[in-house]
Amino acid sequence: MTPQLLLDGVLLGSTIGLASIGLTLTYAILGFGNFAHGELLSWGAYLALPIAGLVSGALVTEPLGALSFGWPLVAAAFIAMALTGALAFALDRILFGRLRRRGGAMTPVIASFGASLALRNFIQFVFGPQPAYYSRDLQIAMPFGPLRITPDQIVVLAVTAVLVVGVHLLLSRTHLGRAMRATAENPQLAQIAGIDIAGVVRNVWLIGGALAAAAGVLVGVTVQLSPGMGFDLLLPLFAAVILGGIGSVPGAVVGGLVIGLAEAVSGPLVGTEYRTAVAFLVLLVVLIVKPTGLFGGRS
Amino acid sequence: MLDLASYAVFFLVTALGFTLICLGLNLQWGFTGLFNAGVAGFVAVGAYVSAILTTPASAQHLGGFGLPVAIGWLGGAAAAAATAAIVGIATLRLRSDYLAITTFGIAASLLAVAQNAHSITGGPFGIAFIPRPFAELSDRPALYDTVYLALMAVLVGIVFLGLERLLHSPWGRALKAIREDEIAAAALGKDPRRFRLEAFVMGSAVMGLAGAAEAHFVGFIAPDEFLPILTFQAWAMLIVGGSGNNRGAVLGSLVVWILWSASGTVMHGLLPADLQVRGAALQIVLIGVLLAAMLVLRPRGLVGERIIVSRHIIAADRDAGAVPGPASTGEVP
Repeated sequence: MTPQLLLDGVLLGSTIGLASIGLTLTYAILGFGNFAHGELLSWGAYLALPIAGLVSGALVTEPLGALSFGWPLVAAAFIAMALTGALAFALDRILFGRLRRRGGAMTPVIASFGASLALRNFIQFVFGPQPAYYSRDLQIAMPFGPLRITPDQIVVLAVTAVLVVGVHLLLSRTHLGRAMRATAENPQLAQIAGIDIAGVVRNVWLIGGALAAAAGVLVGVTVQLSPGMGFDLLLPLFAAVILGGIGSVPGAVVGGLVIGLAEAVSGPLVGTEYRTAVAFLVLLVVLIVKPTGLFGGRS
Repeated sequence: MLDLASYAVFFLVTALGFTLICLGLNLQWGFTGLFNAGVAGFVAVGAYVSAILTTPASAQHLGGFGLPVAIGWLGGAAAAAATAAIVGIATLRLRSDYLAITTFGIAASLLAVAQNAHSITGGPFGIAFIPRPFAELSDRPALYDTVYLALMAVLVGIVFLGLERLLHSPWGRALKAIREDEIAAAALGKDPRRFRLEAFVMGSAVMGLAGAAEAHFVGFIAPDEFLPILTFQAWAMLIVGGSGNNRGAVLGSLVVWILWSASGTVMHGLLPADLQVRGAALQIVLIGVLLAAMLVLRPRGLVGERIIVSRHIIAADRDAGAVPGPASTGEVP
């Protein structure tokens, strides 16, 4: 187990953790596992691609310092986050919300399954199946103690840390955050206490979608874009959410790191092609040993 | 003309394979309320196990057992059932959506095995030379396909009638009771976990049988045939046809397969060669939208569920002069 493997695991795990925050919140507050959540990553990443091209006319396009990207991608990432949040909310308005009101706990899950395929294949229809890149420049990894790390990877870790801390402060220090946590704990009681449930639901989709989009852009920066990039992460996302305890944001982040490390460390032992199976095994162990997850949550 | 007829036979055999998958899914979802998001995995287990049991020895994959085709089919169904039992025992005691995530995970893991465990599954190249039943007819392809179609029809018929019989039995009524109100059913002495596990295992066995039957018809399998899209197709078929009703499962599998094939043919004809891959993607988008629209606009599906399954009650209603009520306008369970 080399330090380099651990770094790879932390990089992957922080992305999984970031993206799974939205999944754990919608899971707890709306009561269904959204199989289309992975597609929000892909949509965020692919929305940023043309937007970065569009805004590059207005901004300095030179890469920032040693990074592979410049201000256009930064601006595009923020716009993509907003648009993906809006997409998630729109999906709820036209599909999940209607099915939820009608009752039947599993119907939204089936619908999310259909939405997932439609969203993913729409990307493939527009952009084609081949991978895409924000930048064709090769980055040279810098030595960093016993590790080699690229400037982009440092940015990924920093951005993830900032976003996770930001979400944590939002949930713990603001009125909206308290309302969201209360709704996740007990929707009926929250409503009686005068919490605007519809507003909470809207904000959960906006925030969850935006965080997934951010994760998608970060994967796009360090790895590549492909129509299946979000779907491939769906099982790790669910594993992280359940490992951390449904509804727990710190749990999702810790869960993401555990899954990322497990996938990276097991790579040399079982082969990276069995990554999916590793995430699945972790999930299965959690379900058998402690189905409520590490940080409480409801079973 | 002969081409058209042979295409029709081939088309129908594939459609009936989907019908079998759909009947298995209907037992799990329609009657028991179990969400199986890994249908493709159970179909794959059936296909691969049957292929491995029956193929001659090969350096490309595990094999050389050379067992009869019928043993292969039974083995495939049994292996799918065993896989379902492992998953079910681990997750059926937990909240219902954990089964969805776990089945999704097992299908993804099984796909990884199919793609990468070269010494067992042949890797991306799959398994070829899967023996076909009625090999003595193989020099007359048209007759062979027709006989196979008849075999599939008989198989679907047996599974359909068997399931109908089971579902109208006390066992089937207990399933529905558990789906509708688990606590009430448990209070009447029905163990929800046992019934759920039985239904889940049985439904998966039917899916495994479908995989085996399709594999021996084509004579070749590869991991690409067991992608998540297969799971999605089965769900679209069941929702469109009407879950909770085996007739709905049969109708849905035929209707959606016709739509699927027709839209594929149209895309194929309209789009230039370099856009074919994108056309296939658009086809999936359309079917995805169809599934979502069906859930919102017509959740009962084309046929819908019959609320009263006991023939005694139906007969009593008829004797009393009452017309058995139409199925409720209720939703998908």
